[in-house]
Amino acid sequence: MGEAATKPNPTEDRLATLSMPENGWADAARKAALARVREMGLPGRRDEYWKFTRPDTLVQADAPQAALFHNEEGPLFGEMDRLKIVFVDGVFDPKQSDDLTLSGVRIDRLADSADIHWASDLYGALEANGHYVPRPLAALNTAYATDGVLIHVTGKAEKPINFIYLHENETSDAILHHVVKLDPGAELTLLETGPAAARFNKCMEVDVADTANFHHVRAQGRDHERRAATHIFARLGTESVFKTFTLTVNGRLTRNECVVELTGDDAVAHVAGACVGDGDFHHDDTVFVTHDALRCESRQVFKKVLRNGAVGVFQGKILVKEGAQKTDGYQISQSLLLDDDSQFLAKPELEIYADDVACSHGSTSGAIDEEALFYLRSRGVPANVATDLLTLAFLAEAVEEIENETLRDALVERLQGWLERHRG
Amino acid sequence: MLNIKNLHVQLEEEDKQILKGVDLTVEAGKVHAIMGPNGSGKSTLSYVLSGRDGYEVTGGEATLDGEDLLDMEPEERAAAGLFLAFQYPVEIPGVGNMTFLRTAVNAQRKARGEEELSAADFLKIIRERAKALKIDADMLKRPVNVGFSGGEKKRNEILQMAMLEPKMCILDETDSGLDVDAMKLVAEGVNALRNEGRGFLVITHYQRLLDHIKPDVVHIMADGKIVKTGGPELALEVENNGYADILAEVA
Ligand SMILES: Nc1ncnc2c1ncn2[C@@H]1O[C@H](COP(=O)(O)OP(=O)(O)OP(=O)(O)O)[C@@H](O)[C@H]1O
Ligand SMILES: [Mg+2]
Repeated sequence: MGEAATKPNPTEDRLATLSMPENGWADAARKAALARVREMGLPGRRDEYWKFTRPDTLVQADAPQAALFHNEEGPLFGEMDRLKIVFVDGVFDPKQSDDLTLSGVRIDRLADSADIHWASDLYGALEANGHYVPRPLAALNTAYATDGVLIHVTGKAEKPINFIYLHENETSDAILHHVVKLDPGAELTLLETGPAAARFNKCMEVDVADTANFHHVRAQGRDHERRAATHIFARLGTESVFKTFTLTVNGRLTRNECVVELTGDDAVAHVAGACVGDGDFHHDDTVFVTHDALRCESRQVFKKVLRNGAVGVFQGKILVKEGAQKTDGYQISQSLLLDDDSQFLAKPELEIYADDVACSHGSTSGAIDEEALFYLRSRGVPANVATDLLTLAFLAEAVEEIENETLRDALVERLQGWLERHRG
Repeated sequence: MLNIKNLHVQLEEEDKQILKGVDLTVEAGKVHAIMGPNGSGKSTLSYVLSGRDGYEVTGGEATLDGEDLLDMEPEERAAAGLFLAFQYPVEIPGVGNMTFLRTAVNAQRKARGEEELSAADFLKIIRERAKALKIDADMLKRPVNVGFSGGEKKRNEILQMAMLEPKMCILDETDSGLDVDAMKLVAEGVNALRNEGRGFLVITHYQRLLDHIKPDVVHIMADGKIVKTGGPELALEVENNGYADILAEVA
């Protein structure tokens, strides 16, 4: 036996469980991604951006089991007119999905598209470009994604597209990769809902051309024991708009990374999230916004409600490159700790190489305001209802980042439901 | 209606006695006023009655229509009909005034086994009552007390009282910070609620408010006790001579 074979190597152990799908146009990108994974190695506890979140269960060869969880709630956004694309444990389900035709949009399946393809210079490209800090789980995703959707938006999409991720198998281990390309002036609202799998690795690359508009609202949820590592890589052209909001309820471990590059002047990027966690819940938002053009605006707004030992992590960075004058960057991360056992860990970072910019960031951790609580109770509002009201009020600043009122109301309703079910 | 007997209260955090044997009875249909020097314990009394944390009752009792107030949670006291207009109303960012009031009204109705008010009915009633207090639609939409002026906050307290229709109303210095016109509005709001079934305890430093809300009984509180009780003329005496004579007399 050689020396090398006896050394434990979690990266090779994990890679040994996977086989690379073949789909012609993406093969080169997949191989390059695999080389990146090997070079970086999968995340370990000593890595700078994994200090607050243990990567073990995301890296280990097999997905830890995650029980299915059902409640009375109907499908989110169920009332909305939207194009549904359904995945069951990470496998596209044509039966439950709508016809993949939508005016203003071309939709392909990653697994289908065998020939030379419009997505070939995007697939893996934004991911490869996003390693200011190593993101090996994203590279692993590019290399091994078994399914996903390629969306080319040429005009104004007739209605929102909704990826619905159903979780039906307790040990499912899903790797999905989506590519979204918006032509100049194009518009799309993309919704993502559902727990997806016992372990879910998802990567989405979004190329937003000049003056295009991309809105993304995601609700990760429900199953208490699921685990997820997700990445969004976005590149923004001149005067384009990119807005993403994520609501997370439940889940043992969630790591959401969002990497945004403002490459055209006057572009706008908003990255926001709200999460509520009870007990064995660990939620990590890791955001990296790069300003590389004039007069761009970026906002990061994250709120976390934590109770019974839940843990929240925020690692957020604003990088302003040389010459990115008149940058307007804002970042706030706040937690509401409903007891002493819960924890919020924050690492806000600013790195600025231009002299005419306005950047601010803040991070706070606090408990329920006792004065406000007593005031509400003195008017007859029971303590638990009053706590819910104050909790929703705390989350409001993040939730208000969602522009569309119908979507916002639907998420607030979900939050209310969750709070009611988790009343102390 | 409200019966307070020999009430002794100290701070939970430190060994400091604040109320040292308060005796007070407010009958239904009556308006009682409490005056007294700063720091004599007036606000403490109102907080203890409404159930705020941080105080320890070391003796005595307080009942509302025979029910032991001190044994109830704050929201139960409210549902039983007790209301406190705060000396310093609390700002609650992110909670709309309207949502807050509707939640409160319906929570109390539910606690009393009554039917909840529909959104439409509630809106109709609140519009009418807000109008009487010159509270505009914008103030109803804004977060509770956030960015309200001192006077607006006090009017908002009276609006809450008008919506909740409590049996026993305690007003802690609702007149402070009010301009002359606002004081009249507030007094009208209070007077509109006066009826045979309702009691009032009005804490104030000034005769001015009592010109508009005529009290039946006036109490003087000093150093944690009611030291003197009389008719409306007692307030005039305070207004003219301060507390020195009264305190000397009871010492
Ligand atoms: N939480 C507290 N910690 C320390 N001291 C307190 C606390 N609450 C009340 N006190 C003290 O108790 C005394 C009574 O206070 P209280 O606010 O009841 O007076 P008050 O009669 O309402 O005065 P004012 O007319 O100025 O409003 C004061 O000396 C005050 O400093
Ligand atoms: Mg006082």
